[in-house]
Amino acid sequence: MSQIHVTTIVNGDPVEYLCEPDETVLDVLRDRLGLIGSKEGCGTGDCGACSVTVDGRLVCACLMLGAEMQGREIATIEGMADGDNLHPLQRKFLEHAALQCGICTPGFLVAAKSLLERNPDPSETEVRYWLAGNLCRCTGYDKIIRAVMDAAAEMRGA
Amino acid sequence: MQYQAPESIDAAVALLANVSGQARVLAGGTDLLVQMKSGMTEPDLIVDIKRIDGMHAIIEEDGGYRMGAAVSSAALNEHDGVATMWPGVVEAAELIGSTQIQGRCTMTGNLCNASPAADSVPALIAANATVRVAGPGGTRDIPAADVAVAPGKTSLSAGEFVTSIYLPARPAHSGDAYLRFIPRTEMDIAVVGAAVSLTLDDKGVCVAARVALGAVAPTALLVEDAAAALIGTSLDDAALEACAAAASAACNPIDDKRGTIEYRTKVAGVLTRRAALIALERARGHS
Ligand SMILES: Cc1cc2nc3c(=O)[nH]c(=O)nc-3n(C[C@H](O)[C@H](O)[C@H](O)COP(=O)(O)OP(=O)(O)OC[C@H]3O[C@@H](n4cnc5c(N)ncnc54)[C@H](O)[C@@H]3O)c2cc1C
Ligand code: FES
Ligand code: FES
Repeated sequence: MSQIHVTTIVNGDPVEYLCEPDETVLDVLRDRLGLIGSKEGCGTGDCGACSVTVDGRLVCACLMLGAEMQGREIATIEGMADGDNLHPLQRKFLEHAALQCGICTPGFLVAAKSLLERNPDPSETEVRYWLAGNLCRCTGYDKIIRAVMDAAAEMRGA
Repeated sequence: MQYQAPESIDAAVALLANVSGQARVLAGGTDLLVQMKSGMTEPDLIVDIKRIDGMHAIIEEDGGYRMGAAVSSAALNEHDGVATMWPGVVEAAELIGSTQIQGRCTMTGNLCNASPAADSVPALIAANATVRVAGPGGTRDIPAADVAVAPGKTSLSAGEFVTSIYLPARPAHSGDAYLRFIPRTEMDIAVVGAAVSLTLDDKGVCVAARVALGAVAPTALLVEDAAAALIGTSLDDAALEACAAAASAACNPIDDKRGTIEYRTKVAGVLTRRAALIALERARGHS
């Protein structure tokens, strides 16, 4: 197979890579760019552990090809904190103990951030539906929902 | 495997028509990538249609809407015009997968994947949507109901692909609705899906109706008897009862862990009745 040359933007920085035609964005991020925050829970779109945004839209990195990223803008969990300053969602996840093993956490954070950018004041039901594609084996979800609601309130300055 | 992202319809047709081996069209990839990973399909060529002009566009045409083949459910959902005119189609597309899947999945992919349980397909059939197909012989328009011919199989020939879906204009007092039953509230495959589209006259009598069912036969069904039961009535109890009975009678489902034949057949009637009532509400509100 001949490799494909892709120029894209990842977390605000221009990036170039070569990838196989059947390689997913998740594999490119993890194996070629060293961005291992996005996790592979299932590889089939069911668990959301690989959540990233592409051109501002929340997607599963495991269901997109690296080759599709030409000229696109990808945002991953690695771009969420501002240097040493955690994003309010990240702080609230720690405060509420909204993680145990942590495999699902990057996906939840990226997905929740995407929700709050669209809807700064979601109801609990809206949060639960938005995050229905993010699975967690450990926490039972409740603490995650509380953390997102609390972060939303803080970000609104409430 | 090769990956190509042509920038015109003609270039895509040429790639698809001249491939040696198997070619697959890539829209959102939420079915195709899963199938490639599981080894269910091993294409020699992938033709990504998302760089072709117009594939992401939703445009008004003759009072209806033409939606490019690569319009994602998320993008469709943000388009007020379509959601106002065809709320049932938009709510069906919105049921596909999670937020992440919504960001990618398309109604075109849902149609062309030809799953009997595809959520947007009954709604498109009830809406009398047409599908524009480009190929080596030029362009043709076919009813949405004619795309799938069997589970996983479409009527498209080699070199052909879907470029857009067209939702027609609506008369006043029209409404549509889609309901599906799944064992949980999100992220599952339809046990039954039911779509109803109808038009009332000034006195509230139903003058046109289309009813379609998903997941109760090898392909989604247009149930003309169920529609006939509504036409000429004001959707009184007797009409709804007859409509539900006709829907159940049309079912030819499978038994599986999600539902038995008997259960699916019964639920098809119940959902059709409920969808008809929602469509009625919407038709009354639609001037
Ligand atoms: C986690 C998960 C949950 C899901 N939940 C649901 C659900 O609730 N309901 C549901 O109905 N589906 C569901 N699906 C299936 C899938 O998301 C939908 O069928 C979706 O609409 C497919 O669209 P796509 O654009 O991603 O298709 P793709 O994967 O790009 O394509 C699907 C098929 O259609 C062909 N194709 C694509 N575009 C064209 C074209 N323009 N012309 C000709 N052929 C074409 C492809 O070659 C492929 O065979 C789910 C999938 C996942 C991974
Ligand atoms: S790894 Fe992508 S959804 Fe599970
Ligand atoms: S914390 Fe372990 S899967 Fe969520």
